[in-house]
Amino acid sequence: MSALLVIDRLSVRYDSRHVLRALSLEVRGGEIVALMGPSGVGKSTALRAVAALQPFDDGRIVVDGFALAAGPVPPESRLVPLRRRVGLVFQAHALFAHLTALDNVTLALRHVLGQSRSDAEAVATKLLASLDVGARATAWPSQLSGGEAQRVAIARALAPNPPLLLMDEPTAALDPARRGALGTTLRHLSEQGRGLLIATHDTEFARGHADRVVSLTT
Amino acid sequence: MIVARTLGVTGLALCLSTTLGAQGASRRELVWGGDAEGGAPFVEADPANPSRVRGFDVEVAERIARGLGGGRGGARIARFVQVQWSNLDQSVERGDFTLGLSGVEDTPVRRARHAVTIPYFEFREVLALRPEDAGRIHGLADLRGRRVATLGATIAYDLLVAARDSTGLIPLSYDDDVHPYADLARGRVDAVLLDHIIAQRALRRSGGPGGAFVIVAQPVAIGHYVGVLARADSVLRDSVDAVLREAMRDGSLEQIFRRWDVWDPSQGALFDRVVRTDRAATAAGAARAISAIAYLPSLARAAGVTALVSLLSMMLAVIVGLGLASSRVYGPVWLRVATTVYIELIRGTPLLLQLFVIYYGLAGVVRLPAFLAAVLALGLNYAAYEAEIYRGALEAVPRPQLEAARTLGLSELQILRLVRGPQALRFALAPMTNDFVALLKDSSLVSVITVVELTKQTAIYATNVGSWVVPGALCAAIYLAMSLPLARLARRLERRWRPAA
Repeated sequence: MSALLVIDRLSVRYDSRHVLRALSLEVRGGEIVALMGPSGVGKSTALRAVAALQPFDDGRIVVDGFALAAGPVPPESRLVPLRRRVGLVFQAHALFAHLTALDNVTLALRHVLGQSRSDAEAVATKLLASLDVGARATAWPSQLSGGEAQRVAIARALAPNPPLLLMDEPTAALDPARRGALGTTLRHLSEQGRGLLIATHDTEFARGHADRVVSLTT
Repeated sequence: MIVARTLGVTGLALCLSTTLGAQGASRRELVWGGDAEGGAPFVEADPANPSRVRGFDVEVAERIARGLGGGRGGARIARFVQVQWSNLDQSVERGDFTLGLSGVEDTPVRRARHAVTIPYFEFREVLALRPEDAGRIHGLADLRGRRVATLGATIAYDLLVAARDSTGLIPLSYDDDVHPYADLARGRVDAVLLDHIIAQRALRRSGGPGGAFVIVAQPVAIGHYVGVLARADSVLRDSVDAVLREAMRDGSLEQIFRRWDVWDPSQGALFDRVVRTDRAATAAGAARAISAIAYLPSLARAAGVTALVSLLSMMLAVIVGLGLASSRVYGPVWLRVATTVYIELIRGTPLLLQLFVIYYGLAGVVRLPAFLAAVLALGLNYAAYEAEIYRGALEAVPRPQLEAARTLGLSELQILRLVRGPQALRFALAPMTNDFVALLKDSSLVSVITVVELTKQTAIYATNVGSWVVPGALCAAIYLAMSLPLARLARRLERRWRPAA
């Protein structure tokens, strides 16, 4: 099976200081890869580069056949294929504060995929239920606990059904029991054939739930 | 063209040099108050020496000062203080000066509230018309549905308000006596009703007979100029009356009026009547009982104007402000520069100036109706402030929210419409509500371009009843009734929509 994500000698510099130096890795469908390393080593930067949220200085990124080159981030109109391929779950979740949990999930379904409200709500309701937050559909983000917010954020990222899911420090705000449940959820997603790239500094979580660990050092 | 009113500037200088007023008066002085902005031939700044005033009222004041004191202590010296014309009555009761003289009209209300001298000049309320209307219009009765301008808080204004109910004309109140004639020439109003002295002065300024307008020979009403003193000063008033009678008898008053070219036979007739009767002639018209209740309908109407002007201006400000803010956040460099220039220009200059420029300054290009000009000026002014609120609100939306929207595949426009806009609205609503309260109060400025709103109506009411206590309290209550609920709403919005961490 060919790789879903190929990162080839990715380098990012801030003011001539290297944040990432020649990072290379691959993620295949059905595989959970943990990107490990202490804080500040460039894990988030790598995820942001893959999601085309920030430019990189050297190397190449290919997501399911769509290539990103070094240099400035292309305009959104050129990134449509990438957006269909990659979902990103932010460390602080970044749920839309003015929308309910359900509407956070339906937003892309309705306005990017053009689904009707009722179709989008059916898909979103199923997704939220599968992630165990079906009962919180009408809650506002400020009313959700850390674990609930994370699962709503996963549902939002999964709604357009991207083959590749990126997660930034998913265990940061979770207690041990929740960490185990998250691991089970991720395994379930990978069994659907998705590739998962998890940036984390949580060694125990990475060893327990990832198929492969890529370590970054300063 | 903005009519240059250099008198306003010199009036200020006069005012500064005489602010001490009557409090600092020595017994040898007669401190008298007038409005140099009223101009010649009443009182004007002396072109040869702008720190001095000249005019027939100046000379009348000097004549009175000379005649006062008679046998006891000799003559006094007249000293002028600058007072806004519409505030003369209030100011004399406060003790800012002893005698008010500046084309002060003899009215029943003034007589009831203050110590008023005998009349010393008879004026005619005359209509000014555009030449083409001269054959058709001969009096107020011919002005049904037409717009008739005058100076606010005058007998002429009262005549027009009375005629509004009987003949259906539309009275317009101005703060000065220059712009009514300018607007007559431009076609904004159809007639002007004012004292014949003022009308003739305006006619000379517009190029004399055959100029922009004509004066109807038959006067609409007759009135008299008097001096006004504080109610407690009735003894001094009697002395002033004695001096005035003396000046009528010895011809010195006639000489003054002849010097200023305002003498006519009706003055001689007035002098005869006044000198014959020892007690002062009564003012024209019976004193009306003016109660607060009588003014409530007009205050309510004015409050409606204030609310409507504020509401429409705010809508304009929101629309233009949104455009300015998005240009400033999303636009190319030249657009960002242009909007920044607009915002700084508008915020850095007085709203009053902008009102004058839009109403009078643009009159040569486009003659905006006063109400529209008021809404435009207020709306375009507040748009600059709204734009800064919206820009701040747009920039306050946390970046991860926008990035999350991008990773979902929303376009920039969708992000603005579905994520950034709605979230920015939460930041903006409380300051917007505060701005609306401020606009509500700033809307009082539009009275300078003849829109009679709540504050202006209150001032008219206060002048008529001779006191600010009841009208001021009523006016404040109406403003508060409009602004307090808004302020409450702003606080609630702020609490409820405090952005989530």
